[in-house]
Amino acid sequence: MTASGTFGYGEEFGSLVNLHRLGAIIAKGISLLPRQGNPPPRIAETACGMLNAIGLENVGLERFFSEKLSFLRGIDTPLIVNILGDTIEDYQQLAKRLNDEEKVAAVEVNISCPNVKQGGVAFGTDPDMAHAVTKAVCQHFSRPVIVKLSPNVTDITLVARAVEEAGADGLSLINTVLGMAIDIESCRPKLANTFGGLSGPAIKPIALRMVWQVAGSVSIPIIGIGGITTPEDAIEFLLAGATAIQVGTANFINPQATEEIIQGIGTYLEKNGIASVEDLIGKARRV
Amino acid sequence: MQVYKELAEIIRREQVAEDIYRLTVKAPDIAAASKPGQFVMVRTGEGLDPLLRRPFSVHQVAEGGMVQILFKVIGKGTQALANMEVGRKLDVLGPIGRGFTIADDSQHFLVGGGIGIAPLFFLARRILKKSEAFSIRVLLGARTKDEIAALADDFKGMGLVVDTITEDGSLGKQGLVTDLMADLQQEKPVMIYGCGPYPMLRAVAKTCRENSWGCQVSLETMMACGLAACLGCAVLRADMKGYVHACKDGPVFDADDVAWL
Repeated sequence: MTASGTFGYGEEFGSLVNLHRLGAIIAKGISLLPRQGNPPPRIAETACGMLNAIGLENVGLERFFSEKLSFLRGIDTPLIVNILGDTIEDYQQLAKRLNDEEKVAAVEVNISCPNVKQGGVAFGTDPDMAHAVTKAVCQHFSRPVIVKLSPNVTDITLVARAVEEAGADGLSLINTVLGMAIDIESCRPKLANTFGGLSGPAIKPIALRMVWQVAGSVSIPIIGIGGITTPEDAIEFLLAGATAIQVGTANFINPQATEEIIQGIGTYLEKNGIASVEDLIGKARRV
Repeated sequence: MQVYKELAEIIRREQVAEDIYRLTVKAPDIAAASKPGQFVMVRTGEGLDPLLRRPFSVHQVAEGGMVQILFKVIGKGTQALANMEVGRKLDVLGPIGRGFTIADDSQHFLVGGGIGIAPLFFLARRILKKSEAFSIRVLLGARTKDEIAALADDFKGMGLVVDTITEDGSLGKQGLVTDLMADLQQEKPVMIYGCGPYPMLRAVAKTCRENSWGCQVSLETMMACGLAACLGCAVLRADMKGYVHACKDGPVFDADDVAWL
């Protein structure tokens, strides 16, 4: 799958990627109303990674329906829509509206973006809030509800368990890790927002550890995300207990990364005489 | 928008001036589709550091599917590119973005600052295709002679009139490129095509507004993908009510469409 916010609404990659081959496309997070996002500079490169503080710029629910959905309807690949809000009511309304659209196979509830001042991350760091948001979405959306977790917590398993208990069908983790960079010439933070979310290969070990921990404490499926760039990275996440994976920042560097990872996992299975990818899930956990 | 990904062999590497390099790569699809002002995203190596592609405007296209980029070494990525051997393959995505629109029946002024002049060569060739050489004039500014002397000669080699100005007076007059715009003679509608550092472009845009001249500027921003996915390359709109994006709506903008901060 292609991670939310790294693959636009699919159309952007249409001339470079065979979209039909992907496991799912996760659309850029949408809110009820359009959002402008943060002032630039919004991104900064760091060692083997990048910081972003886009600020959830998006076209909003109405324009998602009128401008983005028709292209996605033309593709066989399942569409998962990432949703975000400031209040529980925002999430409810988004869920309700998307429930009526058959093309939307699942929603991914974003309770973990570190780049907005209200809502977002507050839901993701407090187990009770995370529980309440999840429950509200589940009541209004009849197909799978996936909740995307923040790594910016002391114990991610607490939020994971709260969300499972509230009825989530799956978890995706991790979102970006809060960080910053400073320009030593201007002596100012590199991002206008000061802080941003770190992504890319630099965060892979953190993500893998969290997937391992969460896989040991919930029984719903986990989608692993965090710095996955190669088939080998993806296989590590499966071995740690993820049922599926998302490719994020790697899409920026190599638009064909997700396709190549799908192919590479197949090659690995063949080479090692493994019948099904399911045999890999959690294999590293078994003694 | 059709974007191509090509593994482009490096055919030629030239050091144009201290820290300034020109790479010629073979990328037939990109060469055929490129328009002046559009750019390419180049991977600077196979490793993960530096991680992101680097944007470069198309400097020129040439026979045989050749694409050229012209760049100054400013960091790890550009240093790696400057060290690339002929024969190696570069991973190039392009052409990307909205380029310059060549105005009809105008006096064309190509206004460049420092390494920002890179896309103006391609633009000059395309204007020459539909217009006479006398209707084009090139105004180049830089801090010092070394940054632009060789490139100014390249423009002269195309038969164009080139005015240069440097902050230290080592080439042409002493001053800023906007000083050259002060004594610009108007016979036909004027279209300014600007490319260079932000403060220069802001000054160029202001001069154009005061004189009611057309003005298109190529803006540089930080960006990760070039594919309108990362939304990193935000540029504040003139009405200050939202952002446009350099990779999709630009990198060339009408100077009146963006806010000058």
